[in-house]
Amino acid sequence: MSLYRDEGIVLRTQKLGEADRIVTVLTRRTGRVRAVAKGVRRTRSKFGARLEPFTHVDLQLHVGRSLDIVTQAETLRPYGEPIAADYARYTAGTAMLETAERVTPVEKEPVLRQFLLLVGGLRTLASGEHESRLVLDAYLLRALAVAGYTPSLDSCARCGSPGRHRAFAVPAGGVVCPGCRPAGSAAPAEETLRLMEALLRGDWPHADGSEQRHRQETSGLVAAYLQWHLEHSIRSLRLVERV
Amino acid sequence: MYEGVVQDLIDELGALPGVGPKSAQRIAFYLLAAEEVDVRRLAKVLVEVKEKVRFCRVCANVAEDEECRVCQDPRRDPSVLCVVEEPKDVVAIEKTREFRGRYHVLGGAISPIDGVGPDDLRIKELMARLADREITELIIATDPNLEGEATATYLARLVKPMDIKVTRLASGLPVGGDLEYADEVTLGRAFEGRRLLDV
Repeated sequence: MSLYRDEGIVLRTQKLGEADRIVTVLTRRTGRVRAVAKGVRRTRSKFGARLEPFTHVDLQLHVGRSLDIVTQAETLRPYGEPIAADYARYTAGTAMLETAERVTPVEKEPVLRQFLLLVGGLRTLASGEHESRLVLDAYLLRALAVAGYTPSLDSCARCGSPGRHRAFAVPAGGVVCPGCRPAGSAAPAEETLRLMEALLRGDWPHADGSEQRHRQETSGLVAAYLQWHLEHSIRSLRLVERV
Repeated sequence: MYEGVVQDLIDELGALPGVGPKSAQRIAFYLLAAEEVDVRRLAKVLVEVKEKVRFCRVCANVAEDEECRVCQDPRRDPSVLCVVEEPKDVVAIEKTREFRGRYHVLGGAISPIDGVGPDDLRIKELMARLADREITELIIATDPNLEGEATATYLARLVKPMDIKVTRLASGLPVGGDLEYADEVTLGRAFEGRRLLDV
């Protein structure tokens, strides 16, 4: 019998058969794992609320043929409770989970940095220290950066000429100089670009002090940038709510 | 592979939830061996259920008329409304014989990752029912999982300005279980919702 142990964040659950669920977990050492949790939908299941999305769990898994099987689960941090208690946090958090699944396309390929980023993001979201949409945008930008898609904000994404150019071209990968600017580029406010930079760096005092309109513009650009480079739409983004 | 209609039957049965190819084959051969009258009765019920059953125009529970049995019953308390996700939750609550009010079936729970938002559920209809001022208490009985909790939070926030008492079903320890096996979230909820023992 081949068993292994790992900790992870539950990203998604899908119903399976009468009372089982398939849980998708982003783990610290193994990467993204899909496993069957037997009987988890019964009210007297031994797993209880441990395998709900957002939960940070310590798992024991049994290697199966196509899907692994969860044999034991212990909660490390139940982030789901504080997140589901606030609707704006819940919608932002769901978009984080969906993105975490998309930026880890290969199952069982270790992605430690993505895991640590998600844990940090959920902890911040659950604490309610910052506006949930800001936490989401910071997470999305950094998840893209870890995946190799850092937006270029201080030099032209095409020719590399330095300077904070005013046009932002999603397909090019960031700001573009007047010479390289393709048709249909966005022209965000300078403050918006500064906010994006602050979110990437983790400069929270700057981000918390930003104006609503710049936050909104940032969210729009980040969403477009994310979905273009992942070549996939993130369904939850449509339902993310502002406070 | 079997010939013609036998294989068709196996394919149809195999498309049902929880029925795999082996089970489909077993059921098919059971039906072949069964008395004709029994099979005819099954076929008749299958057709009837699609012809007769529809969704109640008030609460969206399954019904055989315009309105379901609960909505038609004048003895049910019209001032208490219980919100559930699916018609089968109505059956589960009815079995308890504890609740004498009426129901509202949402048709699911808010789950952005599956593309289900508030507009995809029967929330507008719920708000219309609440607006007629007959209802004084709204009991939110969505599933005690993440989507159900988030849906409850969303509804509570929506109803707050309406001066209606909003309650949520209690969460806690299942009757007949051992305390040591309860997970932290459930046990924490049980502590939060503890009640006075008045003896």
